[in-house]
Amino acid sequence: MAIIDHHEAAGDGGDFVLSEATARDYFELLKPRVMSLVVFTAFAGLVLAPGHINPVIGVIAILCIAVGAGASGALNMWYDADIDAVMSRTAKRPIPSGRIRPREALAFGLTLSAFSVAILGLAVNWLSAGLLAFTIFFYAVIYTMWLKRSTPQNIVIGGAAGAFPPMIGWACVTGGVSVESIVLFLITFLWTPAHFWALALFKMKDYADVGVPMLPNVAGEKTTKHQIMVYAVLTAIISVVPSCLGFASLGYGIFAAAMGAFFVWYSIGVLRMPEGDRAMVPAKKLFAYSIFYLFAIFAGLMIDHALIAAGWSL
Amino acid sequence: METVTLSDKQKKSRRGRNIALAVVLAALVVLFYLITLVKIAGETMG
Repeated sequence: MAIIDHHEAAGDGGDFVLSEATARDYFELLKPRVMSLVVFTAFAGLVLAPGHINPVIGVIAILCIAVGAGASGALNMWYDADIDAVMSRTAKRPIPSGRIRPREALAFGLTLSAFSVAILGLAVNWLSAGLLAFTIFFYAVIYTMWLKRSTPQNIVIGGAAGAFPPMIGWACVTGGVSVESIVLFLITFLWTPAHFWALALFKMKDYADVGVPMLPNVAGEKTTKHQIMVYAVLTAIISVVPSCLGFASLGYGIFAAAMGAFFVWYSIGVLRMPEGDRAMVPAKKLFAYSIFYLFAIFAGLMIDHALIAAGWSL
Repeated sequence: METVTLSDKQKKSRRGRNIALAVVLAALVVLFYLITLVKIAGETMG
């Protein structure tokens, strides 16, 4: 039995509604798959940064960055619930499927945002906390509320939100921002358009149904394929820069160049894909490879860093 | 005051949410304890 407030009881549609949301539903609001990428790249920033951080504080920093990223995911799901309900890829998310009410998701997202930023500031430093707060703001407000529904360049600019974590990890150790951390930022920033437009190509109909101006819907397949190619080349180039700047070895440079060549090769596959292709196999292959690519590049940087520290590097 | 009888599913989900919240609160206590230890150790050891 539960005691209820009469006004609260009158649910959204006037009917009495009591939540059946589980803890798993709330966890789903955090976009765990995106969070895993954020954790990994933030960890890379933490490992690659010069200097020392207490391991306990390092774990807390990663936890805060992960929760902050998850909070921005929850705010994104709160704002986008209307279009998520229409798109096949997102229709089963907790809000459109009715498991969590929008205001619950909003409160959840805001609370986690505040806690993650405050704890990162208190435990580590306020620059990294400020960067985390800006990342959450950028993703939830600049990307989700403004850019996503207003420009086909939405994910180019919005991609910055996903690119900040290694910079935050770096700032946790050094207390500052440097050329190296900007290069780490640029790797994910330049990678995002090719990754996301590959998805947008084979989910074109979904985006068209909800009126989100993704590049394939606005500028057409041909322009999108060319832009994917441009960003794949830029990503391949920037991924080699750590070797050129001397914070990664020649061995990493060769590895990154090979990975980048494959990235460009998959993009050429997309470029050659016939207009109106329904199966869009090359786009799906590029999308899958792009995820592997980013993990491999950051893993490569960390392994290289460990090898240099052990005196085994090229 | 008005009351309502919860269904089994509602009771189960509420219990799950309460347990999750308890775990999070306990984790926060541990987290702040660890932060305090590390900060004090850092200050003490210069």
